[in-house]
Parts: sequence; C-alpha cells; structure tokens
Amino acid sequence: MAELFVYGIIYGGIISLGAIGLTLSYGIVRLANFAHGDLMATGAYVALFMVTAVLSWIGIPDYTLGPFSFGWRMVIAFPVAMAAVAFVAILFDQILYRKLRMKDSGPVIMAMSSLGAAFILRMILLILWGADSLFYRPGFMRQAIDFPLQITIMPDEILILAVVFVLIFLLHLFLEKTKMGKAMRATSDNQQLALISGINTEHIIMWTWGIAGALAGAGGILYGIDVQLNPYMGWDLLLPLFAATILGTIGNIYGALVGGLIIGVVQQMSTAFITPTYKPAVAFIIMIIILLFRPKGIFGGKN
Amino acid sequence: MGGLLAYLVSLVIMAGIFAVFCLGLNIQWGYTGLFNIGIAGFFCIGAYTSALITLPMPTGVYAQYVQQVFGLHLPFIFGLLGAAVACGIVAFLIGIPTLKLQEDYLAIATLGIAETIRLIFNNEQFLANGPQGLMGLPQPLQNLVSPMNYNYIYLVIVVITMAVVYFLIERAIRSPWGRVLRGIRDDTLSAAMSGKNIFHFKMQSLVFGCMVMGVAGALYAHYTKSISPDVFTPLYGTFIMWVMLMAGGSGNNKGAILGAFVIWGIWIGTSFIGNLLPPLLQSRAPYFRFLLIGILLEVILIYRPRGLLGEEKRISRMSD
Amino acid sequence: MIILKAGNITAGYGEIDILHGVHIEVESGKIVAIIGPNGAGKSTFLKTAFGILKPREGTIMLKDEDITELQPDKVARKGMSYVPQVQNVFPTLTIQENLEMGAFIRDDDYSKRLEEIYELFPVLKGRKKHKAGHLSGGQRQMVAMGRALMVDPTVLLLDEPSAGMAPIIVADIFEKITEINETGVSMIIVEQNARDALKMAHHGYVLAMGKNVLDGAGDALLANEEVGRLYLGG
Repeated sequence: MAELFVYGIIYGGIISLGAIGLTLSYGIVRLANFAHGDLMATGAYVALFMVTAVLSWIGIPDYTLGPFSFGWRMVIAFPVAMAAVAFVAILFDQILYRKLRMKDSGPVIMAMSSLGAAFILRMILLILWGADSLFYRPGFMRQAIDFPLQITIMPDEILILAVVFVLIFLLHLFLEKTKMGKAMRATSDNQQLALISGINTEHIIMWTWGIAGALAGAGGILYGIDVQLNPYMGWDLLLPLFAATILGTIGNIYGALVGGLIIGVVQQMSTAFITPTYKPAVAFIIMIIILLFRPKGIFGGKN
Repeated sequence: MGGLLAYLVSLVIMAGIFAVFCLGLNIQWGYTGLFNIGIAGFFCIGAYTSALITLPMPTGVYAQYVQQVFGLHLPFIFGLLGAAVACGIVAFLIGIPTLKLQEDYLAIATLGIAETIRLIFNNEQFLANGPQGLMGLPQPLQNLVSPMNYNYIYLVIVVITMAVVYFLIERAIRSPWGRVLRGIRDDTLSAAMSGKNIFHFKMQSLVFGCMVMGVAGALYAHYTKSISPDVFTPLYGTFIMWVMLMAGGSGNNKGAILGAFVIWGIWIGTSFIGNLLPPLLQSRAPYFRFLLIGILLEVILIYRPRGLLGEEKRISRMSD
Repeated sequence: MIILKAGNITAGYGEIDILHGVHIEVESGKIVAIIGPNGAGKSTFLKTAFGILKPREGTIMLKDEDITELQPDKVARKGMSYVPQVQNVFPTLTIQENLEMGAFIRDDDYSKRLEEIYELFPVLKGRKKHKAGHLSGGQRQMVAMGRALMVDPTVLLLDEPSAGMAPIIVADIFEKITEINETGVSMIIVEQNARDALKMAHHGYVLAMGKNVLDGAGDALLANEEVGRLYLGG
C-alpha cells in the first residue's frame, strides 16, 4: 500500500502539471479545454521525434545518463518539446479560440471547438506514428531502488518528481515576482478590471497558452518516460486532469497541484480494491462528488 | 447495377441510423442547449439492451465462449422499446446529479459517464461478453426475403423509424413544452425567473433525447449484427454525430437529418483517400479521414455555426 | 479648457439603448457630478466614456483626441482612469500588487507615486501584504481608487464610490475625492448620494431615462427646488 501511495504521488505530480495548465487556461480564457490531454501527448511525441530522429541526425550520442533511462538527447529534447507544445497551444488559440472569442461565442461552443482540436491533434499523432504504443527506450531494464516499507522506486521516478516540483516552483516565482505573472493573476481574478487598468488581455491570453502548453508538454514527456507513449494517452488523462482541476478549484494553481496529487494517490491506491482498468472511473467519481457537494473545489471559490 | 444499388442502400441505412441519433441529440443540444458529450454511452446501452433482449441465452458449447447477463429471445420491436426504456432510465439517473451543473461541467460529467459505461461493458464479462462483444444478432423479418435482398427491408424499417421519431419530436417541439425548452436554451436566467422548473424540463429533454439515441443504437446493432465496446468509444462513436448536427443545423430537426446524410456522404466520399496513400500508410487512411472531419467541424463553428438549416441564435448578452 | 467632451451619445446593451443623445463636458481640473434616478444611464455613460461599451452614435473627445472607438486598455494609456462600482479590485492580489497593476502601463520608476498613494490612503500602509478580497468595503474602495491613480491620470471616472458604505466611510471617501481633485485631476462622479455629490462638484448633470434633464453649477443645482424635490430626497 505504501508503494501505491508513493507511486500515486509521482503519477499525481504528472497530472498536476497538466492540471495547472488547465486551471490557468480555464481561469483566464474561460475555456474547458478538452484538448489539454492531447497537448500533453503532443509533448511526449515531439520529444520522441527529437530523441529518435532529429538528435540522431545531428549526431548527439545515445547513451544513458547514470541510473536513468534517458540520455543527453532527452535532456535537450525536453525543453524543445515544451516550447513546441507552447507554440501549438498558442497557435490553436490564434486560429480557433480567438476567432470564437471575437464573435462572443458561449462556453459550450468554445468547449466544442476544443473537442475538435483534441480530435485533430490526436489524428495527426495517429497519422504520424500509428496506433501502437511506443517507448523512448524500448527494452530498457530499469533498476529499482529499495526503500523501507517494501517500497521500490525507479531512479526515473525520483527525477520525475524533482522535475515536477522544479517546474512548479519556477511557475510560482514567475507568478509572484514578475510583472507579467502578476498581470496574469490579475486577469484571472477580474478580466475586465485588468483591461481597465491598461493590461492587454489578448497578450496575457497568449502567455497563458504558452505556459499551459509548456507545462502540458513537460507532463506528457514525463508520463512517456514513466509509462509509455500512445496516441490515446491524452484522452485517457483527460478525466483525471479535469477531476484534479475541479477538485483544486478552477483558477487556483496550488489547488491544481494538490488536486493532482490527491487524484493520483486515490487512483493508485484504488487498484488495491478494484481492477486497475477502472482508474479513470475513480477520478470521475471523485469529480462528481466534488461537483455535487463542494462545486467550488477545496479552496473555496473564485470571488 | 445491383451492386451499386446495394451499396447505396447500405449508405442510406447508416445515414438514416445516424439521422435518428441526431434527432435525439437535437432535442438535448439544439432545443435545450445541453452539451452532452457522453452520447456514445447511450448508443452503447441502446445497442446492448436490444441485443440482450433479442438474443437467446447461450446454451451448450456456445455458452463456453459467450456470457450474457440475460437473453430474452424476444422479437425486434421489444428490443427497440427495451433500448429506449433502458436509456431513459440511465439518463434519468445520470441527470439527477449532473443537470444542476453549468454547461461545460455538464459536458465533462457526461464524458466521464460514457467512459465509465464503456469500461464496464469492456470489463464485466458476465454482462455482455466483455471485449469480444455479441454476435449473431437477429434481424427483424429476416425470413421474408433472401439474405442478399434483406437490406431493402431494413432500409424500410430505418426510414419508418426515422419518420416516426421525426414526427413525434416535431409535435413535441411545437407544443408549449417545446417553447419552454427553447426558452431555457436561449436565456436560462429569464426562463428561471418566469417560474418554470428548469430542472424538470432539462430532465425531460435529457431522457427523451437519450431514449431516441437508444433506438438508434438498437437499429445499429441489428444492422451490423454484432457489437462490441470498441464501437462506442467517445472518440469515434461521439464525435461524428456532433459534426453531423452542427453541419445540418442544431435546433432544426430537418437539419439533424440533413446533417447526418451530408456528413455521412462526405465520410464515404473520403474513402478514396486510402487509395491515394502509399501502401505503408494505408492502414492510417481512417485517421486522415477523421482529421478532415475534425477540421470540418472547426470550420463550421467559426464560419457557419448555425449549420445549413439552423436558426440564427439570438443571444442575449444581458443575461451573461 | 474642456478636457473631456461627450456629445450626442446613444449607447446601450444588446439591442436596448440606455442612453439617448447625451451631452456631458468636463472642464479641466473640475469635478463633475452625474446624478439621477436608478436606471437613468449614469453608469452606462461612464462605461461608454471609457470604451467598455461602444456608442451607437456620438463622439467622445479627450483633450483634442477622438477616443470613441478605443478599447479600454488603450483609453487607459491616454491618461484617463476608471473605477467601477463593483468588482473594482483584484481580490487575490495584495494591496501592493493591486497598486502595481495600476501602474502596469508605466515604464518608469513609480515608487514615488506609490508613496504618494499610501500617503493619500494611510490606512492601507500597514496592510500592504493583505489580499484585497479580505478588506472591508471602505478599504477596498481606497485600493480601487489608488489603483486608478497610479498612472497620474488627467481624468478620473468614479462610479458610485460611496455605494454600500457606512456614513463615516462615505465622508472619508468624499474627503479623499476632494483631496485628489486638488492635485489637478479632473473627475466625473456618478452618485446615488446626490446631495453629497453636488456639494463637492463644480458642475452637475442630471440624467433621467437616458437623457440630459438639467445641468448647472454644483451649488445652483443643490439650491434648485425641483432638483431637491425629485432627486435629493433620498
């Protein structure tokens, strides 16, 4: 059980990265982004492309670093893929959501178009890579480290947790200390007042998508390292993502972190009692319970 | 000529089945403004219920390979009705917690439900044979003609069902009940203030819409004679219906039917893409075709959200 | 010199017009009060002046520039600031951060201005790190005004600054408004509290049913019997 808990934290950390992006975009753009899971998948696949193709073309060597399952290629591919997904997220906003915003479309039309965007992204992945599951390093035997309480953890997973917390910490610094970060928080609080104060909210929205996309991409890659890559992974992550976001209160970054960890832990620990395939249903049930009894999430409501 | 005619007949049958489905979806989305992404779940329940009602329990050797929770071996019409009733009940149960939520939360919740339904059918072998699904579904009136010509009969059945559903819905929509629904869609705030019990109307809309979807699911099951959980993924099983409705015109029953035929026609029309691709990629042809459908939806949403026949939506910004 | 001139303004929400051909002018350095019954269109006027609503007809001139078509964030850069009646602070941001957002469009070092604002509203000084959402009504109003003042605006629009406040706070706020005006900021104040507004104002406009009814010097309107009967009762 303890091991399930620990693994739940790790998986939950990955969910958090996605949930933070989702809560940011929901809070600022007022869009329930059904394509967010697929943004994570896109990050994973861009990294795959870099690691297996691009970086080998330019001759970066492929040996693994230390106890981890990846090497220098992944270290380079990671930020590049994050930037790529940031770009994709901004692109979708500019050619799709922005146009609908300008026409004053309601939240349902926006959500529907994000459903379409999810579909489009997934089809592109399927076209380029097919439907089989892939791995960054097929056939790699990952060593586990033994901990007390019969817990075994892979070095990869420790690093994943570290990366998650570093990224979240960087985001925290950005939001708390920089002018743009504060402007984003302000826009999330009260978009009209931000506009009145002279903040160019369209500009803020672009930044929001960029950050949400980058974090989603990171989460996708980490998931790919830990588990596998599959074109449907985005869709499978969507329910836990929404559950985490709603649990942690829409618009609340730290809530998304906490929500992600909770969902991760509960999902993993539920496998001790019910078949693992029902894990998404577990996230879903948590979400329904929250929506029924405390719809504004753990951290109260937005004002 | 016979071959072409048979091909056209099968096209029209599928389009007709989708048309029935879209009519149900139209009640929820077009007339009431409910964004139900979980429609695949009802397609699934309708199909499976009808299957289980019309199939006999497996016996003998067969029983070693196929598990069913029940098998009533009743005629087709009971299958259809059973599908409608089952979907209505499930819709009611689902509506209780979710209809109070705001629109985009409703979407997320319905998505979760559809996924859960699919997971259940996939996992619980005892229900309906798990991932292998059920085969050999009986077809109504199949003894009347030779198997080669059977589709003509089924075509008539589908068209009749479509016509009946269409007329029923048209009658309902023109009634005071229908007007309240449209009031809710256009301006929930004023509708609430006028004293109508919004929740009840939404629930009725949800239940009736899902019952119609269940009927479509049953029609599908008996046409293809076999079903499995894979058919009803929210991916494929849901998305194309939304495109159909948005293309034809939400809020308009003729639009729902037209959209089904047009989009299905486009879908069939793109099947040549497979031939354009190099052999290595041919297995990926469906993804290209789905990609086109996805892009088509976005184009519709941006440039013509009311679809071909839909009404101009007058949105009252004051209520926002 | 007329610093703000709104002429023939017809504007509203959706298909419904609230304002019909309204004229309002502000002389540089003066306070203009807009009073009138509920629904007269007073708040709607401010929103239109600031670009939140687009008028169907009419023009808005700031100094000599036509700002009718400008979006609010652009209007803010022209030297006009606006304090809405409700939701006028960023609740999860601290007082300090709210003020910093007020200075968003400034490229220069605004620390001196920040000091001035804290001097103007001393009660905020000891609470710089408090979240604005946790403040009392009066304190929030001060944050709202402080935020708008961070850019050294030439014109300040205030929408019902005393709404929902206890009388002591109201007096406090009106005192601050006069103080601000004495530093040279021209102002338009929309107020339900017509009496107090007219006392401070150099000039006043009475709006009813979206139209100009009357205007004149502040004390003249105060003394006017009809105004007193119709609008100063409350």
